[in-house]
Amino acid sequence: MRRVTFSGGVHPEYNKNLASQAAITDAALPDQVVLPCSQHLGAPARPVVAKGDLVKVGQVVAESGGFVSVPIHATVSGKVVEVAGRLHPTGVIQPAVVIAADGKDEWVELDPIDQPLEADPDVLKERVRAAGVVGLGGATFPSHVKLSPPKNKPIDRVLLNGAECEPYLTADDRLMREEPERVVKGFRIVMRILGVSQGRLCIEDNKPEAMAAMQKAAAGIDGVEVVALATKYPQGGEKQLIQAVLGRQVPSGGLPMDCGVVVFNVGTCAAIHDAVYLGRPLVDRVCTVTGRAVAQPSNMRVRLGTPVASLLEQAGGTTKQAGKVILGGPMMGLTVPSLDVPVIKGTSGVLVQAADEVVEEPYRACIRCGMCVRVCPIGLTPNEMGSRAEMGHWEELDGLDVMDCIECGSCAYVCPAYRPLVQFFKLGKAQVRVLRQKRKEAEAEVLRAAKA
Amino acid sequence: MAEAHKDKPTDNTAGETGASAAGAVRPGAADEGAASSQGRTAASQGRKSDQGRTAASSLSNSSAKEPTLLMPEKLAISSSPHVHGPDSIAKIMWTVIACLVPAAAVGIYRFGLDAAVVLATTTGSAIVFEALFQKMAGKEVSVSDGSATLTGLLLGMNLPAGTPIFICVVGSLVAVGLAKAVFGGLGYNPFNPALTGRVFLLIAFPVAMTTWRLPQQMNAHGPKKQYYGMSTTWRDQAGKRLEQKHRNVKKVDVVTAATPLSALKEGWKKGTAALITHTDLLQGDRPGSIGEVSAIALLLGGLVLLLMGYITWHIPVAFLATMGVVAAITHGINPQRYAPPLFHVLAGGALIGAFFMATDYVTSPTYPWGKILFGVGCGLITMIIRLWGGYPEGVSFAILLMNSVTPLIDRFTRPRKYGLKLWSGPQEDAS
Repeated sequence: MRRVTFSGGVHPEYNKNLASQAAITDAALPDQVVLPCSQHLGAPARPVVAKGDLVKVGQVVAESGGFVSVPIHATVSGKVVEVAGRLHPTGVIQPAVVIAADGKDEWVELDPIDQPLEADPDVLKERVRAAGVVGLGGATFPSHVKLSPPKNKPIDRVLLNGAECEPYLTADDRLMREEPERVVKGFRIVMRILGVSQGRLCIEDNKPEAMAAMQKAAAGIDGVEVVALATKYPQGGEKQLIQAVLGRQVPSGGLPMDCGVVVFNVGTCAAIHDAVYLGRPLVDRVCTVTGRAVAQPSNMRVRLGTPVASLLEQAGGTTKQAGKVILGGPMMGLTVPSLDVPVIKGTSGVLVQAADEVVEEPYRACIRCGMCVRVCPIGLTPNEMGSRAEMGHWEELDGLDVMDCIECGSCAYVCPAYRPLVQFFKLGKAQVRVLRQKRKEAEAEVLRAAKA
Repeated sequence: MAEAHKDKPTDNTAGETGASAAGAVRPGAADEGAASSQGRTAASQGRKSDQGRTAASSLSNSSAKEPTLLMPEKLAISSSPHVHGPDSIAKIMWTVIACLVPAAAVGIYRFGLDAAVVLATTTGSAIVFEALFQKMAGKEVSVSDGSATLTGLLLGMNLPAGTPIFICVVGSLVAVGLAKAVFGGLGYNPFNPALTGRVFLLIAFPVAMTTWRLPQQMNAHGPKKQYYGMSTTWRDQAGKRLEQKHRNVKKVDVVTAATPLSALKEGWKKGTAALITHTDLLQGDRPGSIGEVSAIALLLGGLVLLLMGYITWHIPVAFLATMGVVAAITHGINPQRYAPPLFHVLAGGALIGAFFMATDYVTSPTYPWGKILFGVGCGLITMIIRLWGGYPEGVSFAILLMNSVTPLIDRFTRPRKYGLKLWSGPQEDAS
């Protein structure tokens, strides 16, 4: 089979074998869940329950805050303890609905859609929205928004993102191996909603079992094919995936739909399947709990809102002194300040780094080796951008297209001077946004003055 | 927040005993958390001791089987990525040094102890100066990263064997102090430090810097080999012609001689340059700077750097190819006067320059097309100086001159970024 890829990228140690042989297990029902209202990109959901309310699994506890937003559902049955600020995985206090489980796990009435492949796309789309489905690869962009391209943007390809290029993580791999039917069915719903006849199931070639299972599940379906991707990070970046598979480029500042493509993650397709075929809202997700410090690296189906500590305990605890706990993979994951943070929709994994694995090298001046430039999958110049950000030259940083950076971390990974480039760019992007806003206001001011 | 895992410190830290109750939330965290502040060794000791764990377990009323979470007092918070590749500044520098060792070894073999003294002096003094300047600037001393070692070694390799120690030290001082430290150290220097040092010496001590020795091996085989650049093969070829030309030369102890390139100033066929074989050049059996004489050793080191990905092909290939092209054209026009391409590439400092000095990260362009431009510029300037300039060799000047335009080149050769290719619209394309 032809293997496709993109230019740039790195080959970190994948360490997938830690968890890749562990079948998905159901995590124990938590005693209490914390459901932040902001588990997706876009407007936070608005809580519709109050302290003391009794809720069932799947009941809406927070309604969409706008078009680019989704509802949040109760993930355990029980009593609302509090609607208050709680520690969010991003490290800040955010409004959340806290539910104490009653242990009965009572569900709301589920309403599956009959013959979904013949159903009205708008009905399907509304169902996906109502089920609270967002991109489960980590970006958590509300799925129904992706499924609603404007009329002037024709879509002719749908890609299933099965690259799972982040080291350590195996949740998507296991899902494709164990439940390929679910994934493929969800994928076909996406194709149905978008009215697209050509779909590609894109899988990195370090997952041969997943590829075989998906091939089998997709056999005989018109227009759906498995595509093998070379194993390289960040192969699963949307832009890289599109470039590799279709040879198209997402325009700078644009979305995949600007080049006729929509990309959905494996877990997202499974969630869409559940929403449509079972009428089941998004209340759980598969999460890889792994790391050299974890006693039994595993893949668990976890109710959203479960505290990270509970997952680690279920994975047998730690065998080594931990140093960092990361939600997601080691390349783009988020470190958490406390094990009390909940698993949310975007939590693809919990990675525990042992204390001796934590990188603590002081950084030095750029030696201009250019390795970052060679690995940047967007063709940016992290060397120059890093120096500008370090000096606070935001205007120049903007000119070097920092806003196109996907924060994949390839540059910082290879940097022999250990420069915290991603950190520079995250800061730089925020500063550039402020700068642009100020510029806009100044322009408006000038216009107003001219009119007066 | 992190306080949940902040536990009773066991050592010098101020007691926050109130927090120990929080340890109950996570069994086993009580002993381990505190241990982390004492480093890894302490942590492993803490793991072995069951005392703290039992205490914590009893607090939380959990069974003995309850899994342990060995969490530090405070979890590390940082921006992604949380892993790092295998390369570091030190690793790169020491690899480059290792790749230079064969060429340096050939130099010592050819020129003897005097060469070793020069290399040791420049390297040692460069390290001392770097440490000194970093101390003076109040910076952390980072000589273990190999940067100063590399500068000193390269400087030494660009000097003739037998250069007085005083001159070697001055060279290191200029290289490390003037070319690097005053700009802020590694990463900020606009000019190649080793070459700056060398060119300074060339201008300040012209005689010492152009007193070239004959390689020892040639010296050892009898009077005839004392003639300039005379190896066995060469002598056989040159035969009578040289015999006649240098009939009156007497046997002496130390023989100095012109390098192949200075011989070239007399003209290609007219002078003695054409008598030097490619084998001589490859093996380093010729007068010259300590590190430049063996083309094979330099090519070997350069190849390793290329294969390891520490340098890219752009600068060396563009540099040497440009030299080759200019030499081919001039040799084609006037074969009597101008040397052929291979001679130019192998003689002098072209190889050490192209692979080890023009490729210096800090002072050369970063992007592919810029590197090619830089290499072409180096090649052209080198050839102009060699063919028509006052100096027999121009590699050092060429690289330093091109160093000065590096920022300009970088600015105009940035790579094309992703996302500028626009989609043409729906179509039945491949895949």
